[in-house]
Amino acid sequence: MTALSIDLQLLNACATLLLLLSFAMLAQRRIVSLVNLLALQGALLLAATLLLAWRTGEVHLYLSALLTLALKVVGLPWLLHRLIRRLNVYWDAEPAINPSATMLLGLLIVVFSFGLAQPISALASTATRSTLGIAIAVILLAFLTMITRRKAMSQVVAFLSMENGLFFGAMSATYGMPMVVELGVALDVLVAVLVLGVFFFQIREQFDSLDLHHLESLREGD
Amino acid sequence: MEVLLLLASPLAGAVLLGLYGSRRWAPELNAFFSFTTFAAACALTARVIASGPVLVAREQLFIDPFNVFLVALTALIGLTTALFSRPYMRVEAEHGRLGHGRLRLYHSMYQLFTATMLLALTTNNLGLLWVAMEAATLSTVLLVTLYRTPASLEAGWKYFILCGVGIAQALFGTILLYFAAERVLGAEGVTALLWTHLNVVKAQLEPTVLSLAFVFLLVGYGTKVGLAPLHNWLPDAHAEGPTPISAVLSGLLLNVAIYAIVRCKVLVEGSLRSTLPSQMLMGFGLLSVILAAFFLWRQRDIKRLFAYSSIEHMGIITFAFGMGGAVANFAALLHMTVHSLTKSAIFFAVGHAAQKSGSQLIENIRGLITVSPTIGWGLMLGTLAILGLPPFGVFASEFLILTTAMKQQPWATPLLLLALGVAFAAIFGKVQPMVFGETNVRRLPHAPALLPVFLHLAIVLMLGVFIPPYLAGWYRDAARLIGGP
Repeated sequence: MTALSIDLQLLNACATLLLLLSFAMLAQRRIVSLVNLLALQGALLLAATLLLAWRTGEVHLYLSALLTLALKVVGLPWLLHRLIRRLNVYWDAEPAINPSATMLLGLLIVVFSFGLAQPISALASTATRSTLGIAIAVILLAFLTMITRRKAMSQVVAFLSMENGLFFGAMSATYGMPMVVELGVALDVLVAVLVLGVFFFQIREQFDSLDLHHLESLREGD
Repeated sequence: MEVLLLLASPLAGAVLLGLYGSRRWAPELNAFFSFTTFAAACALTARVIASGPVLVAREQLFIDPFNVFLVALTALIGLTTALFSRPYMRVEAEHGRLGHGRLRLYHSMYQLFTATMLLALTTNNLGLLWVAMEAATLSTVLLVTLYRTPASLEAGWKYFILCGVGIAQALFGTILLYFAAERVLGAEGVTALLWTHLNVVKAQLEPTVLSLAFVFLLVGYGTKVGLAPLHNWLPDAHAEGPTPISAVLSGLLLNVAIYAIVRCKVLVEGSLRSTLPSQMLMGFGLLSVILAAFFLWRQRDIKRLFAYSSIEHMGIITFAFGMGGAVANFAALLHMTVHSLTKSAIFFAVGHAAQKSGSQLIENIRGLITVSPTIGWGLMLGTLAILGLPPFGVFASEFLILTTAMKQQPWATPLLLLALGVAFAAIFGKVQPMVFGETNVRRLPHAPALLPVFLHLAIVLMLGVFIPPYLAGWYRDAARLIGGP
């Protein structure tokens, strides 16, 4: 076992913290804190991208770090906070599954993710390949968060966290996607949040609440 | 050049209509931009007929026999739907269902949606393909919720969240594909997502990574195709949005999503040298056909009925691509074409019928033929065509698919036949009293646009009897390209 260089150790620390944050999001029911956790996840992603950019000297990683800063650390959390204030949604309802069971499920997901990532990591030549398992875990944990939440707002935060996981996955497997694709994805995410903002106001106008149980009337055969 | 015009025309339309979309002449402007798009598509088609595949804009855009007919089809249906939406949206606006802001939104997003679909079809970059597919979802979410009714909001939310999560899986699949490609094509990453480059080296791509990537890609884009069990969003989005949007969702967006899956399948199959992708496609396809056929019985809303019929036909197409080989691929491509044309024609007729009777419920629409024979016959002929009666084109493609299935996958043939029979009985039984019998419908203030309905049905009829040689040539070339076991 050779000693890891300091920057690689820092990168691994970032990855571990990302995973920890995913669990925190799974448990957090206050929506404002949920958005803050998302912003923190974005900041860690930024740190990881910068470390990797410095290590490999790839210019496009600096650009993508800039994109992360603008969108994930500042832009989206700001938009979401504004939405929360305007819509006045601060707490999520009781989760659909009991919290300790959710946590246990989350642990199983992490084990599964590392199993899934193993054959891919073995092929990768990047220095960060060991973090691919974490990336998959972040994606799947965000998915779990989404399933267990009832408020539209927390589902959207989980959706964005899933996107963070995807971004991290791309970074650890291939040092990021080509710039044109990354720009396109960022644009899509931004537009998605804007569209959702409009959409939330429509839901509120109609139902006077953002609780999703209002949106369960379309059923088969009735 | 033509390609750039093809993409620039709807984009310019989206901007202009975003500004002026609520004026009295906005529907005409909308049709005008769809017309220039269609003209560009025709010019492009002529060029591909004359000089073969086109590769432009630093290899980012790419037209080959597989996507050229889809581009032409998308532009054509984009134009006819714009023509149909002229009187349709005027009636809606006069009923007070839509204000100025919403008309602007509708027209602008209609053009943007066309642009994203054309980009998805023409791009050579699999990453951009993903971006365009996601943009297509986003541009239609607010159209599904255009009427702001509780049901439409629910449909829009379902559409957004299911397709959003689905397409996130496809992004992960694309990342894995890029990862595998980078090892072969070099780390600069400039060419590693370009389909033309990947197609050359597909045999060297790492099979374990690609099989994993394909699972994610199929689930991701499969959600957009509406393959069971990922189809939940589709009937709601079709039923609750305005009818022109139902027509383009069913006729065009589903095709584009299948196109994405097939492009990926070509690469994965080249790397794997096994039948895994084929079997997955066949499984998903067959499940969709059967589930949709039985769900058809329970529908009371006419647009939901035909939305389930779209799931059924997407299942048939997916199954045919799964079987692979020259004949099945040919039939699947033909079926994509005729299904789009027929289904959008049906939605046009259904849209006018629902406006005339003031309801989308099947039991409230009765005796169309007495008040407006053209709408009645349009709906009846469209229904017969989609159910696969000869001499319409759907019969030709379904016949080819079934006979190939008998040869290659005999176990599946009875299941397919059963599902087709069940679907026939369900749809015909529900549509027949809508067209014939006692009437309860009224006249409309604007004459309905029925030219699109009969134009589509005429093309479908022609394709059932005679396929132009260059079209058959493209189908054959594309079928060879798609390959299969």
